[in-house]
Amino acid sequence: MDIRPILSTLRRHKITAWLLILEIALTCAIVCNAVFLIHQRLQRMDIPSGIAEHDLLQIKFAYIGDRPDAYAQAQTDLVTLRQIAGAQAVALANQLPLSGYDMSTSGLKLRPHQQKNSLEAASYYGQNLLATLGVRLISGRDFQPDELIDLKAVMPALHSDDMKNLPHTVIVAQAVAARLWPGQRALGKTIYVGDDIPLQVVGVSAPLARPDNLQMGAQYSIVFPIRLTATEGGSYVIRTAPEDREQVLKSALAALKRLDPNRIVLEQRTYDELRDGYFQDDRAMAGMLVGVIAALLIVTALGIAGLASFWVGQRRRTIGVRRALGATRGNILHYFQTENFLLATIGIALGMVLAYGINVFLMLHYELPRLPVIYFPVGAIALWLIGQLAVLGPALRAAAVPPVVATRSV
Amino acid sequence: MFGYYFDLALRSLGRNKVLTALMVLAIALGIGASMTTLTVLHVLSGDPLPGRSSNLYAPQLDPRDLSDYQPQAEPPDQVTWTDGMNLLQAKRADRQALMTGGSVAIQPAQSALQPFYETARYTTADFFPMFGVPFQYGHTWGAAEDAASAAVVVLSGKLNDKLFGGRDSTGRMLRVEGYALRIIGVLGDWRSNPHFYDLNVKNYGGDEGVYVPLSTSQALHLTHIGGASCWGSGGADATPAAPCVWLQFWVQLDTPVKAEAYRQFLIHYSQEQKTLGRFQRPPNVRLRNLMQWLDYEQAVPGDVQLQTWLALGFLLVCLVNTVGLMLAKFLRRSAELAVRRALGASQRALFMQLLVESGVIGLAGGLGGLLLAYLGLWLVRRQPADYASLAHLDGAMLLLTILLAVGASLLAGVLPAWRACRIAPGLQLKST
Repeated sequence: MDIRPILSTLRRHKITAWLLILEIALTCAIVCNAVFLIHQRLQRMDIPSGIAEHDLLQIKFAYIGDRPDAYAQAQTDLVTLRQIAGAQAVALANQLPLSGYDMSTSGLKLRPHQQKNSLEAASYYGQNLLATLGVRLISGRDFQPDELIDLKAVMPALHSDDMKNLPHTVIVAQAVAARLWPGQRALGKTIYVGDDIPLQVVGVSAPLARPDNLQMGAQYSIVFPIRLTATEGGSYVIRTAPEDREQVLKSALAALKRLDPNRIVLEQRTYDELRDGYFQDDRAMAGMLVGVIAALLIVTALGIAGLASFWVGQRRRTIGVRRALGATRGNILHYFQTENFLLATIGIALGMVLAYGINVFLMLHYELPRLPVIYFPVGAIALWLIGQLAVLGPALRAAAVPPVVATRSV
Repeated sequence: MFGYYFDLALRSLGRNKVLTALMVLAIALGIGASMTTLTVLHVLSGDPLPGRSSNLYAPQLDPRDLSDYQPQAEPPDQVTWTDGMNLLQAKRADRQALMTGGSVAIQPAQSALQPFYETARYTTADFFPMFGVPFQYGHTWGAAEDAASAAVVVLSGKLNDKLFGGRDSTGRMLRVEGYALRIIGVLGDWRSNPHFYDLNVKNYGGDEGVYVPLSTSQALHLTHIGGASCWGSGGADATPAAPCVWLQFWVQLDTPVKAEAYRQFLIHYSQEQKTLGRFQRPPNVRLRNLMQWLDYEQAVPGDVQLQTWLALGFLLVCLVNTVGLMLAKFLRRSAELAVRRALGASQRALFMQLLVESGVIGLAGGLGGLLLAYLGLWLVRRQPADYASLAHLDGAMLLLTILLAVGASLLAGVLPAWRACRIAPGLQLKST
């Protein structure tokens, strides 16, 4: 189809044509960036925690007043929980992946007296931790029971350089090993934490996500051989079959209350609920973005349809003359479709430049990565489609204009 | 004349129902989305203490050691116990308070209520008069109670409702972490959004249930909750002897002259501490007032800002759309306008008529947008974020909605009106 007559017509409606182009460009730019934002959120929500998510329960207590017998109590609690029908493994953990707050982190150094930390990792510890969470060891070994040191002994030792009561070993997650010793065997290497306390790597675990601050390295985690109690902020983690979770949670709470009624339940939930809670803001944001994109596309489509029907009304006589001179209905239909395609193409081209600009702005202010190139063709196709759909109605009406219109009135 | 144009505009709205509806819908959607996000932004970035905030300051010192030292780096945003106490006792400001956050177990006397945890604020006495905290019953504690680590407590109105059904509970005892504390006051309606004096806890909706003198919290070993940042070695987190910052220090300085004098005092204090060997870095102080502090701490969530940008972009698209539709509508009426021109109306008069018409469209769109904003805010309140419950439209935002809608549509009407009133009357009259 010859586009020259279309261009010369558009030149006579410059303002309206440019308005349409501008609207398409703005929509294209915003939609590209909004879809990218949604993709970012979904990607974040998809991060693997590394643990057996659907099999885990968390119970967290607080106690009133001091508990001198807390370690004995913790031992009794663990034994009791393990005896519950359906409980496969039980642990006490200082924190859990994606729980929303880094309770404990450690700066890791490769040499003593190093000025800056090589990386900052989330530190996990507790009784029977990795086995219960279902984190596999890629190499090395898990901690021996006699290797674990009580947290209440570690805390004072940290500040008095009493090496006997400090851990000597550590298990690092794969990502930490790969970052600290790229291409080398991590087993047997030494890292230094805090005031140059040396720790020997005895195991490398499969990926294990941090509780929070994923931007600092989502899988930077290490595990210390330290024992803790619920009074020190630990929570009980129970592993069970997914279908037994509700029942086990109920029996576990009852059993623990029976052992000591004088505690306050702070959390009682499945790990799935915990994870859902962590990503709820991302989910809400993604939902809101989807809403805005939908509204934007509808407004643009209605705008295109409105202007197209105005043009059709304005050109009824011209269309009639063309029909009278031999143009088919198809010719008229194609005319309006091609016109819309041309406007959309210019708009999309402008929109790409604008989308890039917005992305640069977002990168500067909101720590977003660069917009991948794939968004450009996808955005273009979406807007072409919207444009064609919007113009179809008015174009069909134009095609239905009978040739006799040409002969009516002057 | 305005009344006549208004009448004409109303008639014209009915003539092209579809185009009119499209324009009103576009403006309503754009205004609704923008006002929803702007309201959230307005609520979150508002002044938590209007009238007082410009006189409240958060002094910052740099007590850290030399590892990781970079000149010009920002000092920590909390203070150590030693510095807090020194500054408190120096009494160089009109009012000063040293505080930190915590969490305590409450054991209600009624057996119907299970023991529960409540967020707490451990602070010195000036907290209440300095931040203008209203009291429903009783009164605050004073310097004497601070010095004596008195076993007293102030409750929030909400906690008093929960424990005592809203009755005056002053003089009664409350069991906190196993200790009996005497209730000396109950707060009135007091909420600080954002939670400016301690942003480590929760930015919005994180108000405390109980207030205990800081010295008492130390004497009873009540649990500290909040940020603690340490360096070197020599003591557990959040204890008086530890090289850690974990307390918030706020001062009230009534004039800019006093503020400048206080800044000099902070520099002088840092130098003195360096001479004594306690500080290792050169003096590095900041004295931000409340609003500067919120800005520096980036208290408004990034997501909310992003949503505002998105909504403004959406409004822009809606406006471009409206300009196009208005142009179509006005040009379609060339014949009618030509008749008015031929009968003697000036271009100015036509321009005014068309602008009034766009204003009317804007008004209709604004009303629609208001409804959509109410709907949008209702949706926001159902979101899980901790600021969600605060999203309400106030009088100022209501007015802004209408003004924005009318203003935006007038702006959108300028180009089409200008284009339409420039028609040559003769040509148009001939063709009809």
